[in-house]
Amino acid sequence: MKIAIPVDEQNLESGVCPSFGRAPYFLFYNTDTKESYYLDNSAVASQGGAGIRAAQVIADHGVKALLTPRCGENAEEVLRKSEVLIYKSIPGTVQQNIDAFAAEQLVLLSDFHPGFHGHEK
Amino acid sequence: MKSKGVKIAILSGKGGTGKTLVSVNLASVAGKSVYIDCDVEEPNGHLFFKPEKVREEIISVKIPVINESLCNGCRKCVDFCKFNALAFIKNKPYVFEEVCHSCGGCMLLCPEKAIGEQEKPIGKVQRGVSGNVNVHTGIMNTGEASGIPIIKSLLNENFLDKELPVFVDCPPGSACIVMESIKDADYCMLVAEPTVFGVHNLNMVYDLVRLFNKPHGVVLNKCLDGENPAETFCTENSIPILGRIPFDNELGSLNSDAKIAARESNRFRALFASLLETVMKEVRHDTTVNPQR
Repeated sequence: MKIAIPVDEQNLESGVCPSFGRAPYFLFYNTDTKESYYLDNSAVASQGGAGIRAAQVIADHGVKALLTPRCGENAEEVLRKSEVLIYKSIPGTVQQNIDAFAAEQLVLLSDFHPGFHGHEK
Repeated sequence: MKSKGVKIAILSGKGGTGKTLVSVNLASVAGKSVYIDCDVEEPNGHLFFKPEKVREEIISVKIPVINESLCNGCRKCVDFCKFNALAFIKNKPYVFEEVCHSCGGCMLLCPEKAIGEQEKPIGKVQRGVSGNVNVHTGIMNTGEASGIPIIKSLLNENFLDKELPVFVDCPPGSACIVMESIKDADYCMLVAEPTVFGVHNLNMVYDLVRLFNKPHGVVLNKCLDGENPAETFCTENSIPILGRIPFDNELGSLNSDAKIAARESNRFRALFASLLETVMKEVRHDTTVNPQR
């Protein structure tokens, strides 16, 4: 299964990025083959709608599960309609989150914030 | 020389400095005049003027509607939208209405002509009369992304009497919505509070009016005895000080009762008449020195 995680740095020992839409990179990881790659988040400098665009990228890459600490309502809508499950990441490294996901220890994210539209400062 | 139909914008870097106080009172002492409330997120000038014979116009924007039977899923519209208002879900575009900026680009671009438009109301404009003042108020519906279409309608020349002076009560801050409000102004009045925080906010709008190359001056509001950081800022940057409004119990009381001080008290009528005279002098001076404006 292909999963995705928003990350601050391109290595498995760094933490999960606290923001989904504005994360600098996304990690894509295949839990069957253990293969991974990183992608620059093209939404990071968006004037608005960053979550929508980031969710689009996740869906376009055939991801089945996103691991993130937070997610906005618009991104959630894109992901839900694209049948991507959203799991709440845990404190710790990216690798620890991958392991927790594989061990089925993560829970689905249930609260989605209404966004920061124009209130990001 | 220009004095008829002169447009004066009143702005400040944050809310609560006294933009509406200054705008409402200047319009009230200007004889026949026009007051325009561009603070569409929370317009309150009408609370003072209590305009009559109000006519209302709904302001709408156009948002895209996808005709799924014509769409072939080429995705050009989604890739084009720089506001990320379109997502591509299960091979069809999906519109996020509240993110759309109504640029119309997706509709023009669609090779299959699968995108139409529909009107979406975002607010309204009210035009009424209070004494000698024509009062124009913009009101944006809660949650809308941008009030700019409402401001464009408010400042539409076709609705304004070209013979009358116009006072534009701007939204706070220095964002797009303020730029739209001052775009056609002949002169900008910056209202400032006598605090360090006030100076920070004054500096934001000072940068803005210089960027727009607008002649400008400062009104010092809530003045107390002693040091006034905003005044020091003006002196250091050679910004004309147009007037000083005292931190005054009576003025505060009148204002909080939604009364127009210049209509209630001779003292304040004189204060705002003098401020108006100074501003008009500055405007005339500027049009003489910079006739290209």
